[in-house]
Amino acid sequence: MPQKIDEKAIRHVGNLSRIELTDEQVATFGRQLADILAYVDKLQELDTTNVEPLAHALPVHNVLAADVPHAPLAPEQALANAPARDGDFYKVPKVIGDSQ
Amino acid sequence: MSILDLSAIELRDAIARGDVSAVEATRAYLGRIEALDPKLAAYNEVSADRAVARAQEVDLKRARQEPLGALGGVPVAVKDNICTAFGKTTCSSKMLQDFRAPYDATVAAKLESAGAIILGKTNCDEFAMGSSTESSGFGPTHNPWDLSRVPGGSSGGSAAATSARLCAAALGSDTGGSIRQPAAFCGVAGLKPSYGRVSRLGLVAYGSSLDQIGPFGRDVADVALMLGVIAGHDPSDSTSVDAPVPDYLADLDKPIKGLRVGLVKEFHSQSLDAEIRAAIDKAVEIYRAQGAEIVEVSLPHSRIDIDAAGQLSSYAVACYYIVAMAEASSNLARYDGVHYGHRTAGKVTDIIQLYSKSRAEGFGAEVKRRIMLGTYALSSGYYDAYYLKGLKVRRLIKNDFDAAFTKCDVLLCPTAPETAFKLGAKSDDPIKMYLSDIYTISVNLAGVPGISIPAGLSKAGLPIGLQLIGNVFTEPALLCAARMYERAAGVCRLTPAGV
Repeated sequence: MPQKIDEKAIRHVGNLSRIELTDEQVATFGRQLADILAYVDKLQELDTTNVEPLAHALPVHNVLAADVPHAPLAPEQALANAPARDGDFYKVPKVIGDSQ
Repeated sequence: MSILDLSAIELRDAIARGDVSAVEATRAYLGRIEALDPKLAAYNEVSADRAVARAQEVDLKRARQEPLGALGGVPVAVKDNICTAFGKTTCSSKMLQDFRAPYDATVAAKLESAGAIILGKTNCDEFAMGSSTESSGFGPTHNPWDLSRVPGGSSGGSAAATSARLCAAALGSDTGGSIRQPAAFCGVAGLKPSYGRVSRLGLVAYGSSLDQIGPFGRDVADVALMLGVIAGHDPSDSTSVDAPVPDYLADLDKPIKGLRVGLVKEFHSQSLDAEIRAAIDKAVEIYRAQGAEIVEVSLPHSRIDIDAAGQLSSYAVACYYIVAMAEASSNLARYDGVHYGHRTAGKVTDIIQLYSKSRAEGFGAEVKRRIMLGTYALSSGYYDAYYLKGLKVRRLIKNDFDAAFTKCDVLLCPTAPETAFKLGAKSDDPIKMYLSDIYTISVNLAGVPGISIPAGLSKAGLPIGLQLIGNVFTEPALLCAARMYERAAGVCRLTPAGV
């Protein structure tokens, strides 16, 4: 059976999800996620031995498109919603640095 | 009869005949929006000038005696998680509050090439995650039948707008019931098509194996008309199916001889509200009177259990939340504060902080809950217990539908376990909110089509929804069966008393 979710686990999930959490949110989400997980544990009642997982309702696989070039979004369009830009580039803080 | 009371088909025909101009129709709807939307909050954005300009083009076409299209001059609304190259596409999220899509969703382009006038974008639960429109980052939509109640969700704005005559028809999206449940709460017809029937290109992704765009109308014929316009293969969506699009209106009014209606025995249980149960029983009689054969069928893995404390539970709901949240956590990873969307103004020292602060500020609580739950279900050590288990149960649910459709043509059941609830009634209890979708959710897991149509009003004067479910790609029979009920019962084009 899956384990219950504790404070350390909720902070870990927050980090994996790239969502900064306040202490209050750690408490609230921790409680709510534990409730939801307890609820979905109902699935463990079912015997699914030899049941093929179903990821997709349609029996469609490997759809190939014709290899025809088409015009991509122009840089100006692609960058139009960027919160910060530098010329034709998206601008972000220094990725590799001494902050870690 | 006022322009606003015409169905989409009647309005299109009136415009084609020249009885009404497209500009008159558009201005009539814009006037109604101006008068009522401050109370309803069905729209996030109304593109009035553009709509009038588009309507003028339709009128010019008519003057030149050119064909106007299947929706020539008909004012419609589009849910705000469907991209349009004009105005904003916000998903009712602060994350995307200034986002302008660089292209039209395939469905938006199809509506406009069929001559429809898009009035604006409708409110919804944030990123379509919710069952009441209360998780919208811009405030909830109100139910036109009772402003103190929710319109349902997540496509609550589209349902409320169709019901209150703020548009002639609308598009929504349905991942677990998000078209059918608000259609039920607002007293309109709403269809979730078969998975793959309608292109998802330009629909902002939530649960990609479950999401499907579909129409709202004031009667079944308008839903059939809208489906005909938006359905079809799209080379840019590899999950859209390359199958011909039938004329959904052609045989709509020919009752199906020997229709076999399946009653889902697990859904007709003690947990069902008495008034809704009575409406279903009445619908059964209406079908029987038209010569339909009523058969009992079983969907054991969509069964609704009720425990000693009165708490409802269902394998389908549990399965859905694992699958949908896992897909959501992956889909919503794209909101990084770099390419588009909200970026924190706070000080950050590295890229992870930029992501984490931007996402903390941009997303609301329900979206965060779902991303975190999905991340947890997919994380190392839990994948087999949750996600893989969910997919296996999904197979069992689908098998149940396959077995049921060997015995009947359509399934008949409620759309929702209750009528529209009060704003705030379930805001603090996510599981209670998730149970709003207890009758609709397995339809998405199985990929089959489902429609909600009005089945009268409760004693409190609130609409009750009846759901019909068909097998994959049997929309013509499903719509026809819905039309049989609508015509025989005389319940459609309901006018809300609240506005």
